[in-house]
Amino acid sequence: MRHLLLTALLVFGPAALGQAFVPADDDQVLEVLPERGGDAKLLALREQLRAAPDDRALAIQVVERYIALGRAEADPRYFGRAEAVLAPLARSNPSAEILTLRAVLAQNRHDFSTALADLRRALALRPRLTGAWLTQAAIHQVQGRYPEALQSCLVVSRQAAGLAGRVCVESVLADSGQLEPAYRRLAELLSIAGPEPAEERQWAWTVLAEMAERLGDAEAAERYYRQALAIGRLSAYPLAGFADFLLDRQRYAEVVALLTGEQRADGLLFRLALAERRLGHSEAEEHQRTLAARFADSRRRGDTSHQGDEARFELQLNGDPKQALTLAAANWQVQREPRDARILLEAAIAAGQFEAARDVLAFLAGTGLEDARLRGLVERVAGRLA
Amino acid sequence: MRRWLGFLMLIVASFSASAHKASDAYISLTWNGEHWVGRWDMALRDLQEAVGLDLDDDGRITWRELRERGDAVTAHALSRLDISGDGRACRLDGQGLRVDEHSDGGYAVLDFQADCPATVRQLEVDYRWFFEFDARHRGLFSLVAASGARGTVFSPEQPTQRFELVADGGVWPVLAAYIREGVIHIWAGYDHLLFLLSLLLPAALAREGRAWRCKSSLAEIGTDVLAVVTAFTLAHSLTLALTIWQYLALPSRWVEAAIAASVAVAALNNIYAWFTERRVWLAFGFGLIHGMGIAGVLLDLALPKSGQALALLGFNLGVELGQLAMIAVALPLIYWGSRQRYYPLWVLKYGSTGIVGLALVWLAERGLDVVILSS
Repeated sequence: MRHLLLTALLVFGPAALGQAFVPADDDQVLEVLPERGGDAKLLALREQLRAAPDDRALAIQVVERYIALGRAEADPRYFGRAEAVLAPLARSNPSAEILTLRAVLAQNRHDFSTALADLRRALALRPRLTGAWLTQAAIHQVQGRYPEALQSCLVVSRQAAGLAGRVCVESVLADSGQLEPAYRRLAELLSIAGPEPAEERQWAWTVLAEMAERLGDAEAAERYYRQALAIGRLSAYPLAGFADFLLDRQRYAEVVALLTGEQRADGLLFRLALAERRLGHSEAEEHQRTLAARFADSRRRGDTSHQGDEARFELQLNGDPKQALTLAAANWQVQREPRDARILLEAAIAAGQFEAARDVLAFLAGTGLEDARLRGLVERVAGRLA
Repeated sequence: MRRWLGFLMLIVASFSASAHKASDAYISLTWNGEHWVGRWDMALRDLQEAVGLDLDDDGRITWRELRERGDAVTAHALSRLDISGDGRACRLDGQGLRVDEHSDGGYAVLDFQADCPATVRQLEVDYRWFFEFDARHRGLFSLVAASGARGTVFSPEQPTQRFELVADGGVWPVLAAYIREGVIHIWAGYDHLLFLLSLLLPAALAREGRAWRCKSSLAEIGTDVLAVVTAFTLAHSLTLALTIWQYLALPSRWVEAAIAASVAVAALNNIYAWFTERRVWLAFGFGLIHGMGIAGVLLDLALPKSGQALALLGFNLGVELGQLAMIAVALPLIYWGSRQRYYPLWVLKYGSTGIVGLALVWLAERGLDVVILSS
């Protein structure tokens, strides 16, 4: 009845901040630092860098270490730190390596156009820089540009020995209509693979597991996921993939066991909260609130790199299909992985706006991407659009 | 080369699982009527990087550790924030640390004051905290002045922002804002309008015995309307001012219930015709109570201490304008309708009955503090 209009203006103001307080107890712990944040090697490198700020090779080492930490912890703060160290280097005559690192960081922010621009410059300086080709391939693949991705992958496979090139090629072929043969070839390759670096092997097994999932072979998929996870905690990628696999099969307790304690990564926290909600655990409520706050903060920052996750959050935890559809559609403009197609289809169906999914159907038909998880959704949408 | 290649690969494969809460700080600057008061939330993880907090190196930051580094934190932060008013730098004074918990961990809360003058027209804020450590750090800034709240996001690419404030010399925008508030409030306050309407429904009729007859002269009708509206306006303006200046303070629940009762009485009066010639007194008497109710909204708007009179004037003006608008629409209809045969029965009697019903529901809701009709 009584409208308090001007107070609504204070949405941005101190009212939106929480209740600050003075702790009563000196020994109250306010923050637990992440274990590897106190990484000895990193600290040593940074000390050296402070002493010799113009040492480019040293700076690159620091950047690489930050990036590795960021991936392992799934914590974006490290990427910000990396960017800060890289920024002065990139200003004056950046080398191909520095440009590639900057592209990697841009791609992590989902700023694909900047990343591709940097990669083009890097490859102009050093046409045989494998890392740049690989990054370029990955970006094209995420954008759904499979012919370009394949070209870059082929260059890698020609230039470099080892798994990377082959996995890249098979992964793109699998996305563009050759899922079965690519899957068989990759499985064979991994069965005879020798001592490759751990990161490459983990990536390869995870890709294989996803392929198996997309073919509908759940047993094989599980085996491959476990194989990937057994290699160690190098990235959140296999964790997220396996969690989704378990969620699809309603194995919620296992998801909770897998992801308990994963608070820093929004994507993992979301999957954890979803499983907890389905199980009726009390923590689900708090985790959901945390996620909502984080997404709101990201929006305030002007950060839109997480719309896919947010769309899933809106649909599956918040029960707002319309908002989910808006986010999923915006996300689809930027990236086109099977996961992105899936959330758009699900949101369109839930919101009853089947027209919104027409583009996805066209994309899938045009590229030949197969995914057993999408089949049912596609049929429903196609039926309504016909 | 192999090592580097492998490492890069693990980067490219990490899209979907990347996390998204990067480094943010939250700064707010508020004019509280006497000073510019600031609050600055900084993540403890970031502070650890910037000034070092974990003194005993055990991977945990305790309140004691933060307190002991309090001066360093304050000096580091305030040296990277510049606020100037109308081109002159404002001095920033730290006033102590507290803590708070955000969605991604613990934060130190630095309270500070800026000595920019009260009459400043333009504030320029320059923010450089933590960018040297983290290129993705963002400063989420909000400014709350008498003229409203503004916000911005500071980044390495955009570390400076200017805010135009309305100085006390710029009267019109503030006045206009409060006039607008007054109009909106009176239109949203159905009970006020309904009370006035109930009093005006019989304006074009005169009571004769048990029947109504049309008043013949326009002048008669006009005087009647003018008297009622003026009485109501005078009364509610009076108590509005007295309540805002805190000479009157009745519990709002009582006031709201009394307002509902007034609507019922006014409508019942149209049915039972207790006061027909002296509706003016009804208007004045209950108008006093309505004024206290209207004041409630204005109090909630947290008037600035300077320019309170202006806000009050503007708000009241807005209320009157809103009223006048309603009367301008309703009066011709009442005049025309009163000439029809069905008016006394259908509009005056049954219409008023409906109003009584609604008013009684409000009375029950407000008196008993329940919700019957969702607003």
